[in-house]
Amino acid sequence: MPTELIKGNTAIAEAALRAGLDAYFGYPITPQTELLEHLARRMPELGRVFLQAESEIGAIHMVYGAACAGARTMTSSSSPGVSLMAEGLSYIAASDVPMVLVDVMRGGPGLGNIAPAQMDYFQIVKGGGHGGYHPIVLAPATVQEAIDLTYAAFDLAEHYRTIVVILTDGCLAQMMEPAELPPMRERGSPISKAWALSGAKGRERRVFTSVHMSPEEGEAFVNKCARQWDVITANERRCVSEQIDDAEWLLVGFGTAGRVAQSAMRAARAAGLKVGVWRPISLSPYPTPELKALAPQLRGCLVVEMNTGQMVEDVRLAFDGRVPVSFFGRSGGVVPLPEEVLEAVHRMIETAKEVVC
Amino acid sequence: MHTTTEFVIAGFGGQGVLLTGQVLAYAALEAGKHVTWIPSYGPEMRGGTANCTVVISTEPIGAPLVRNPAVVIALNQPSFDKYEPIVRVGGVLAVNASLTTRAPVRTDIRVLAPHATEMAERAGSPKVAGIVLLGAAVAATGVLELGDIELALDKHLPAKHRDLLPVNIAALWAGAVLVAEPEI
Amino acid sequence: MLMADAPEVHLVFDRPESLTDVDTHYCPGCSHGIAHRLVAEVIDELEIRERTIGVAPVGCAVFAYNYFNVDFAEAAHGRAPAMATGLKRVHPEAVVFTYQGDGDLASIGIAEALHAAARGEHLTTIFINNAIYGMTGGQMAPTSLPGQRTTSSPCGRDVETMGMPLRMSELLATLPGVAYSVRRSLHNPKNILQAKKAIKRAFEIQIEERGFSFVELLSTCPTNWGLTPSESMTWVEQRLIPFYPLGDYKVI
Repeated sequence: MPTELIKGNTAIAEAALRAGLDAYFGYPITPQTELLEHLARRMPELGRVFLQAESEIGAIHMVYGAACAGARTMTSSSSPGVSLMAEGLSYIAASDVPMVLVDVMRGGPGLGNIAPAQMDYFQIVKGGGHGGYHPIVLAPATVQEAIDLTYAAFDLAEHYRTIVVILTDGCLAQMMEPAELPPMRERGSPISKAWALSGAKGRERRVFTSVHMSPEEGEAFVNKCARQWDVITANERRCVSEQIDDAEWLLVGFGTAGRVAQSAMRAARAAGLKVGVWRPISLSPYPTPELKALAPQLRGCLVVEMNTGQMVEDVRLAFDGRVPVSFFGRSGGVVPLPEEVLEAVHRMIETAKEVVC
Repeated sequence: MHTTTEFVIAGFGGQGVLLTGQVLAYAALEAGKHVTWIPSYGPEMRGGTANCTVVISTEPIGAPLVRNPAVVIALNQPSFDKYEPIVRVGGVLAVNASLTTRAPVRTDIRVLAPHATEMAERAGSPKVAGIVLLGAAVAATGVLELGDIELALDKHLPAKHRDLLPVNIAALWAGAVLVAEPEI
Repeated sequence: MLMADAPEVHLVFDRPESLTDVDTHYCPGCSHGIAHRLVAEVIDELEIRERTIGVAPVGCAVFAYNYFNVDFAEAAHGRAPAMATGLKRVHPEAVVFTYQGDGDLASIGIAEALHAAARGEHLTTIFINNAIYGMTGGQMAPTSLPGQRTTSSPCGRDVETMGMPLRMSELLATLPGVAYSVRRSLHNPKNILQAKKAIKRAFEIQIEERGFSFVELLSTCPTNWGLTPSESMTWVEQRLIPFYPLGDYKVI
């Protein structure tokens, strides 16, 4: 039983530290600043590297350097800051070095506002930087899940030598919930760092570059990444569901929107409606087979997001026309309320009846 | 059957809005309940109005924000005006009559309107008006035992306010007694 | 016998161990090759090859990692000082240097360069200033001279609209974190020898953990200047040096 109330930002920072974080580089931006502040205090206490960079651009390239040096390294930011990091993320992806990024999304586009949103699903899940790489993207819905996913993220990043993004929003980051922190790990990665730069002492020199001058060489590299992504897609899909066994109607949402959908599902059940909820935790790779498997029992699906409809495209792809998919979203920093999601559930059911008649 | 109770605590920055909410959240934790605490954050923290939402439940909590909270603790006039209309029918509104200028209009909710600032002063400090209202609201809902709140105050009152522990506890009971009296 | 009278054979010139045995892609008359060799000789002489990590820029020296026989990383355009910061903070015992051109360091990467210097990172930056963008084909650099014709200033750099060039050695010398900021030239043997001394001192300062060390090297670009290699050396002497005076701007 948890004995502490922990704020999402603090929880993620402490979980990263306990997972053996060697080096953190960041730049202040609301609503993730407590994460940086927690590490500003804790990392030097433990003799580890904390550095407030001159910009998010500086921070991500410091992470790039530290990652090439074999360190467990991360940065954190929020939407406009992550846009600035896009360049470095692409280079890191192209260099096959591991890192963890925490993106606490806020209302956008532009400077937007600091309220919670999920408007960067496309940016993070489908791209980020240039060049068509795939990061692993994990979306926690509770403070405990944020801790557990952050703790696991470094092993995942190092196992596949890839970018792992913890994609969350200001709601979870600012929220306090009872949660338990994991034990402090021994430093030193369990996975071999036989590739890291450290000086060519008694060995051949090592080089990290993202340049592939000939198109054939470039294609070979991209194909290698694609094969690696197939392996990740096969192994790393995560999702949870509730009240799914007899469900005829499905609510789908990730992160905070998934929690709101859960509340709406309970209200719908209390009203006698056979509604279940399904929440992807890995947004990349998307748990497409798991969602697709639910299609035969469903009469309709409502996707709830804190944007104007982004993940809904992946839900439609998974169902491939076999389930009618509708959408309810609030955006710009407005958090959807369970009451309005329930109203959307009723609309979905009414619409389905009209179609049948 | 599971029960879920949502509290909104609102007032000026500096009235202890966020801390009062945290005390409530820690008390729920002491009672073995599920709980979420979420603040309004950002520019409004700089001297304007602040609020936080605390959800207490016997099952894992979904949405941390709701349209119609079961309980509102309003520490100033703007919060009273903003939140009175949205309290859930049958819910509780605890408002500080010392700092508000009108009578409540809702008749489908239970309104508790003590002069909390004066009561807090009698308890030892005007700073604990929020705890007076918290005591009243918790006693009115029965969602937690007052002992849980005492325990939460004892464990989580910030070190710099540690000397105010007896004052907080006195304020808590002053609020709670207010609710109990009419029913005696 | 003839053999008995033959003089003893001494090897007087060889490839430094810190350079790889490959042909470079640099144009004839370009001074990148000289700068590479000087850095490699210094690494050899200081016996730090096995603990040196280089960071390459984007620009003509993008492939520097192919030519140095040390661990190397290739940074994004302008970000070498940030990347080097990450490497050095994780491996404080390593000797980390960046090798950057004028567009990379003084234009797109000036924030990263200034802040690494301001923090007093124990890094060494070798700054190649040839007053033009080489790799992209001769556009105006932040260090192009007033009136200098480039493909993006075809009528010459008009300082009214394009501003004055940046003097990086002087600028960096103003920062407390900088321990060493000097300008040298690679246009003749005397200056090349002085450049090598400066590079050596810059690496020593890093090893002594005295702060950020910076060596600006005035260099040639015959291809994009439209000059022969020997004319280029003269152009450095007659045009670049008057605007960018050689000297020690900060030595701690």
